[in-house]
Amino acid sequence: MTADAPAIEVHHLTKRFGERVAVSDVSFSVRSGEVFAFLGPNGSGKSTTIRMLCGILAPTSGTGQVLGYDIVREPERIKQRIGYMSQRFSLYEDLTVRENLEFYAGIYEVPRGVLGARVTELVAMAGLQGREDQLAAHLSGGWKQRLALGCAIVHRPPLLFLDEPTAGVDPVSRREFWTMIHELAATGVTVFATTHYLDEAEHAARVAMIHDGILTALATPADFKANFLRGRLFAVRSADTLRTLAALQQRPDISDVSLYGDAIHALMAAGDEHALAEVLAAAGIEGATVEPILPSLEDVFISLMKR
Amino acid sequence: MSLARLWAIMRKELIQVRRDRVTLALIIGVPVIELLMFGYALNAVTDHIATVVFDESSTAASRTFAQAFDNTGYFTIRRWVGSREEAMHAIDSAEARVALIIPGDFGDRVLGGRSATAQLIVDGSDPAVAQTAMFSGGLIAQVQSSTVTLETLNRAGQGGSSRGGIDLRPVVLYNPRMLSVKFMVPALIGLVLQMQAVLLTALAVVRERERGTLEQLIVSPVRPTELMLGKTLPNVVLCLASTVLTLVVARVLFNVPVVGSVFELFVLTLPFLLGSLGIGLAISVAATNQAQALQMTMFTLLPSILLSGFLYAREGMPQIFQWLSLGIPMTYYLQVLRGVILKGVGVAELWPQGLALTIFATVTLAVSISRFRKTIE
Repeated sequence: MTADAPAIEVHHLTKRFGERVAVSDVSFSVRSGEVFAFLGPNGSGKSTTIRMLCGILAPTSGTGQVLGYDIVREPERIKQRIGYMSQRFSLYEDLTVRENLEFYAGIYEVPRGVLGARVTELVAMAGLQGREDQLAAHLSGGWKQRLALGCAIVHRPPLLFLDEPTAGVDPVSRREFWTMIHELAATGVTVFATTHYLDEAEHAARVAMIHDGILTALATPADFKANFLRGRLFAVRSADTLRTLAALQQRPDISDVSLYGDAIHALMAAGDEHALAEVLAAAGIEGATVEPILPSLEDVFISLMKR
Repeated sequence: MSLARLWAIMRKELIQVRRDRVTLALIIGVPVIELLMFGYALNAVTDHIATVVFDESSTAASRTFAQAFDNTGYFTIRRWVGSREEAMHAIDSAEARVALIIPGDFGDRVLGGRSATAQLIVDGSDPAVAQTAMFSGGLIAQVQSSTVTLETLNRAGQGGSSRGGIDLRPVVLYNPRMLSVKFMVPALIGLVLQMQAVLLTALAVVRERERGTLEQLIVSPVRPTELMLGKTLPNVVLCLASTVLTLVVARVLFNVPVVGSVFELFVLTLPFLLGSLGIGLAISVAATNQAQALQMTMFTLLPSILLSGFLYAREGMPQIFQWLSLGIPMTYYLQVLRGVILKGVGVAELWPQGLALTIFATVTLAVSISRFRKTIE
């Protein structure tokens, strides 16, 4: 495997469970050292895809290579070289911080000689100095998450899978977690993360959107915002928000009308803020302010889902 | 197969058992408590049977006769009642198991050297109690009537000392307490061992499934065989240690030493233990939570208790159950336990049982490991 070979490459990956198609004809590739987000609602096929990539679920059809190894023929080789962290933070609560790290180090056959240094390093990374001998059960959600990450990378895998890694963790811990992920990526680790949090997907270099098992779009977050909306996005504020909302929803050329706090986001197929202001004036709404805004991934995602 | 991974799993299991006080108590406490409960409770049912007496005769002879019941230790007179109805009510209300009815002419008849009748009413709902009551009641009456005969002859001046040749010793020799403990204690060792091996193994896997750590292990390079061995080998050690403990308790508290070779006992115990671990693994594949695993474990214990000869001799069972019992490892292991502990025989005599246990262990382990492999892949 050369340095620029993709870390993950799949072609026409399909998984059926009986009649149900969980993943349908999915193709993509993940570059080495990239942070790649797999975005989709619950039940969209994210977990099924990740399980096929980890070599624990055979695809019904299609092919795939992870780190250059075939996902059907060489799952054992893949398992040795990847890190995996799920939303359940698979820690042993009745083991201490150190014992958890040492257990996973043993499972991944980390040589005894480097074990001590590795554990010290990961404890420091997770900010758990002084808590090495605490039971995992006594850690808060954020700490558990960072310890789980430490366990997942105890063998220094070049590729890390994160399955909904920040579910049930407070916003501060989530931010700290993504900082750690980017630090890892800076050292050359490829990160493949599934999520249904849109703000989380913004951390990724590229985002794949999956819905009902079908890959609907794949681009950088900036690309999504610039090119995936059909029209321009405006924030509208007025004294009578509900009447304004109703007026906007009646127009066929205005779509994706939704409330964000005290503002209404509306996507207009053609025209600028003045055109929109005229529309509102015509509807008899006085004193509304209209400003063009940059879409968030959420705006794009909702727009894509509606199509 | 990697020894490093196997060791990592075994080490983790041992740490977890050490931290889990409930499981620790289960391993150390349960064998001793069960041994005490079964050992003593099973004795208690055969003596001190609650008895009421309706003595209509109210004479020295009738009182002596009733007191003789109490003196044997098999019966304990709770109350002297005033009517037959009251006696019946005592049995119906479970105050007494047995009612002794002595009719009004009892004293006169005994004094007059005629044959006297008394009635023993026995609550048959517990056959073990009823049997003891009827058997020992019969013996007491027999003994009493010889004594009375002797006394009558003496009073008649016919000189009794040379003719008092009635031997009472068979009553002493029949000592159900000793026999039932000796019969039960080895069987209890087997039951406790099976319960522990099955439950510990089933819980060890199901717990990981419940907590989501199994998912993490499946994504890791751990092979199913390593996971299985890593989880069962610590249990082998724990169960063998617990067996030693029960053997010591049996020796100290119940005076049931191992007559045969302890080493050969363990040689024959190993295949039984491995078979039980196999059952535990099979349960862990089927159960989705710990409560289910516990229920299934209890279910597997039933045939081991009822059909194996644990409580009732297999020879007395209908033919079909005798055949069924041949498929239960406890059947063979009981023969091993009673053989080595009580009779002092060893591998030379018990190798067919050892072979049967080995076959059972091989089949269960092979099936459950392959089933386990499928569920986690």
